[in-house]
Amino acid sequence: MEKHLNLTLQVWRQKDATSEGTFVEYAAKHISTEMSFLEMLDVVNEDLIHKGEDPIAFDHDCREGICGMCSMVINGRPHGPKERTTTCQLHMRSFSDGDTITIEPWRAKPFPVLKDLIVDRGAFDRIIAAGGFVSVPTGSPQDANALPIPKLNADLAMDAAACIGCGACVAACPNASAMLFLSAKVSHLGLLPQGQPERYSRVRDMVGQMDAEAFGTCTNHGECEAACPKGITLETIARMNRDYIKASLTYRPEAVGGAAG
Amino acid sequence: MELISRTPDGPIEKSWDKHRFDLKLVNPSNKRKYKILVVGSGLAGAAAAATLAELGYEVECFAYQDSPRRAHSIAAQGGINAAKNYQNDGDSIFRLFYDTVKGGDFRAREANVYRLAQVSVNIIDQCVAQGVPFAREYGGLLDNRSFGGAQVSRTFYARGQTGQQLLLGAYQALERQIGLGKVKMFNRHEMQELIVVDGVAKGIIVRDMVSGKVTSHTADAVCLATGGYGNVFYLSTNAKGCNATAVWRAYKKGAAFANPCYTQIHPTCIPVTGDHQSKLTLMSESLRNDGRIWVPKKKEDCGKPANQIPEEDRDYYLERKYPSFGNLAPRDVSSRAAKQVCDEGRGVGPTRLGVYLDFSDAIKRLGAKKIEEKYGNLFEMYERITDENPYEVPMRIFPASHYTMGGLWVDYNLMSTIPGLFVLGEANFSDHGANRLGASALMQGLADGYFVIPYTIGGYLAGIKPGTRISAEDPAVKAAEQSVAERTQRLISIGGKQTPTHFHRELGKVMWEHCGMGRTEAGLKKALEIIPQIREQFWKDVCVPGSGQELNQSLEMAGRVADFIEIGELMCRDALERRESCGGHFREEWQTEEGEARRDDENFCHVAAWEYKGEGNTPQRHIESLKFENVHLATRSYK
Amino acid sequence: MSVAEQSIAGAGDRSPGFMASSVGRKVVMALTGVVLWGFVTVHMLGNLTSYMGAEAMNHYAEFLHTMIHGMGIWVFRTVLLVAVLMHIWAALSLTLSNQAARPVGYREKQNQAATWSSRTMRWTGVILGIFIVFHLLHLTLGTVHPDFIKGNAYHNFVTGFQVPWVAAFYIVAQLCLGLHMWHGVWSFTQSLGWAHPRYNALRRNFATGLTVLVVGVNISYPIAVLTGIIH
Repeated sequence: MEKHLNLTLQVWRQKDATSEGTFVEYAAKHISTEMSFLEMLDVVNEDLIHKGEDPIAFDHDCREGICGMCSMVINGRPHGPKERTTTCQLHMRSFSDGDTITIEPWRAKPFPVLKDLIVDRGAFDRIIAAGGFVSVPTGSPQDANALPIPKLNADLAMDAAACIGCGACVAACPNASAMLFLSAKVSHLGLLPQGQPERYSRVRDMVGQMDAEAFGTCTNHGECEAACPKGITLETIARMNRDYIKASLTYRPEAVGGAAG
Repeated sequence: MELISRTPDGPIEKSWDKHRFDLKLVNPSNKRKYKILVVGSGLAGAAAAATLAELGYEVECFAYQDSPRRAHSIAAQGGINAAKNYQNDGDSIFRLFYDTVKGGDFRAREANVYRLAQVSVNIIDQCVAQGVPFAREYGGLLDNRSFGGAQVSRTFYARGQTGQQLLLGAYQALERQIGLGKVKMFNRHEMQELIVVDGVAKGIIVRDMVSGKVTSHTADAVCLATGGYGNVFYLSTNAKGCNATAVWRAYKKGAAFANPCYTQIHPTCIPVTGDHQSKLTLMSESLRNDGRIWVPKKKEDCGKPANQIPEEDRDYYLERKYPSFGNLAPRDVSSRAAKQVCDEGRGVGPTRLGVYLDFSDAIKRLGAKKIEEKYGNLFEMYERITDENPYEVPMRIFPASHYTMGGLWVDYNLMSTIPGLFVLGEANFSDHGANRLGASALMQGLADGYFVIPYTIGGYLAGIKPGTRISAEDPAVKAAEQSVAERTQRLISIGGKQTPTHFHRELGKVMWEHCGMGRTEAGLKKALEIIPQIREQFWKDVCVPGSGQELNQSLEMAGRVADFIEIGELMCRDALERRESCGGHFREEWQTEEGEARRDDENFCHVAAWEYKGEGNTPQRHIESLKFENVHLATRSYK
Repeated sequence: MSVAEQSIAGAGDRSPGFMASSVGRKVVMALTGVVLWGFVTVHMLGNLTSYMGAEAMNHYAEFLHTMIHGMGIWVFRTVLLVAVLMHIWAALSLTLSNQAARPVGYREKQNQAATWSSRTMRWTGVILGIFIVFHLLHLTLGTVHPDFIKGNAYHNFVTGFQVPWVAAFYIVAQLCLGLHMWHGVWSFTQSLGWAHPRYNALRRNFATGLTVLVVGVNISYPIAVLTGIIH
């Protein structure tokens, strides 16, 4: 049943990347329990614009839990209190009348705040660019069914490929580590035959890029897994560790061949 | 303006091969001397940017999101069609072609659709090689399902996240090229203007959405892959940021806009709950395979809980009206039927704008466990949003704006009426006619990006001398930059009382009412009176706080809304002129006695492409006649 | 270049080398950890001789000092020292990286999965470091022992634990060891990549079982001395 709530928000406001930020308190009045969390912020923002104030900037796009754009820590939890739910699908019925809600951006050195709750997650793209792909130029492949893949492997690969790249794992990790994100891609491609030729160079290159971005390291707390809206498991991290160890033990610099004729 | 389709002659099976051979090639060592801009990074944009870079062109790619991986292609749930005939059930390229032409209600160009069906096969090969984890059978081979009423199983899928997985495949290919330095990626950049010199596209002006800096990028060709304009309705299944600014700028610079009135309303979305609603969530069409759609027979029952309405008082209206297709009737037909029963006052839910999608029979027949296996994740999503358990009470659904078949007019090479400006994916008008079939959008986006543009753009570039692109100091560039700066300044300085969203909502209401599922001459005329008033109010009373030199989401929104208002007007104009019903365009004056769409092939078997004639002037309607030589014009029937 | 523009990743070998990488340092931590909990387990088992009386324990101590012509104990000591130093190096290095990765903290942070054990690793580690130094001075070198007799391990053991605050310190240190081991023993399997749904419960149970055993028996020693069971 629809109810209405009056809430107090404590929101991180920061003008731009170089300014100091601070928490600012806002009242959110007469909020319907049918609203999504972002719709609640829309209402607050409309009100701010009417008052001639700067609305709260936050990332959002698809609002159906798949694009991975929305990113805020709500009462100390990335994407808020509901498990396996992104902020955009979190509804206000998860809150009670009179609640104070603290809203902060993702906090990590490689995710600098651009404004208010918006951070720059370009580091994730650079990690993928370092090796998170199969090198297959358009037009070269064989027939799709020429390569049978056990259903279980395809399913496990899909479990890992479900990652939406939102960064909640980094935000939740007490060490701001990006290993769940990275290992999801390493697992996705490493579980499939298509990913085998580059399996070991991929993991070395991606871990190298992750370290260069200055993410923290994994100490196996499991916070990432608990925060992941798509249910990516710690097993993917173990799989990545395994591949990385093997890759490092057997690494040799690329063979230099003579030029052909 | 002349619409030259450049469709090859001869037998349709050979036309694409022949055309590819006829296209001139660019010398491999010259390719790096050409620069191509790709605007948008969804299936079409990412696929094109990656493939063009692989070929050796210098590519720059632009996205308004913070990463190319977030483009709204990612939200597509159902699947992607391909004429592989892996299931041995009689599918073929010709059958996919036939189904698509018929599904589009005979308003698409035959040659384009045939090519789409041909390359559909290559798309699946390409995606599998990239590591897209499509669903598989126990034997390790690819699984297929029948989708959207097709009589063969030709849809490939990756759980309910096919769009996501295909996009990640294209995104990874794109990131690989970025890593190699072949593509320069501009995230959080929004195209604001097209640079046209002597009638030829030569670059774009973009705004860096973080710093507010406006910069120009000149090139030898520009590809727009910026998606559709479904957000003109305010509420739609599109992402909040989806916008039509890029195509609208191109339109105003001389690119014809084709069939703007062809919009698809998807029948199975979660109903609106109140004025605060910001978007609508799609529930996969696959639910209609087991769910039964009904409303109460009597108005006075509508407020009662569903389980207190006895079987004999329920109206399973799709089963009643379309006995052979029943609950699986095509999207346009099902959507209209839902609107009809709600118009009669028999809608359900708090707003009375909803119909039941009931699984109780399926649960009785197959057991709750089986239903959970099939639809568990969708049921979970429904419950997350509505707080109702669909195992116990029927789901409530209502149609919502989903896809736009109209878009910038393109020839067989995907080039618009502005030479050098190519348009890909949902942003163009080419393949779906008046109605798109399920699982065909992903196919078209990837076909355009991976397998069409890489050839056709070469044919265009081969005719241009390398190294002839204009400099950033060119007066045309400066003028375009100037106009962007002025527009921004104008928006900021109005200082009115209403938010951009307010106007967007107003526009959406008018469009939904008069240019939605049912359209009438009177309604469209009324809309054409109201929309200019909304526009006038907007430019008088919109309030955009902050400045242009910073991250300013209100400013972004205001710019997009301003363009939506104008597009809405053009849609109504097009809908008014098209005096027939076809596919997603239903003119209530043109229906059969049973209330079905009635086409007028004599007068409207053509594409209508609109040419901009300047501020304050009525745009001009041009016609490209459609010929059906391989599929014969027939009335769609789903009885 | 604006922040939104994606820079081009460097070509060539991006990896910083195994020991410098985040995963490599975790592996060092895990492998040295195995040496350490392996040692702790053997140490605990060896001390069970105390329940068998003075002769058994002294005999056992003598064996340790004389095996392989007296070389054995030095091999053990060297391996242990290297393991401890590398464990500390890995811990320090990872901690510094992790602290640098989040310069601005959260005002509010609710942990969902992290345990008290996993979150206190660095503190229990420091306490264990101090304890090891004390333990060496106490029962190996005897410098802080009130009545140390070289060569009479049993005597040193009993008289050492008869001092209540010493016994208390040992018990506290063993509880820290328990916290440290419970996360560490499970964690090493994860860091080395030994995760599989079939064995996940086993990994957890092994860590719990070993921890309870080692800590339980170790704590029994000072208690047995104080209660006079060992005298």
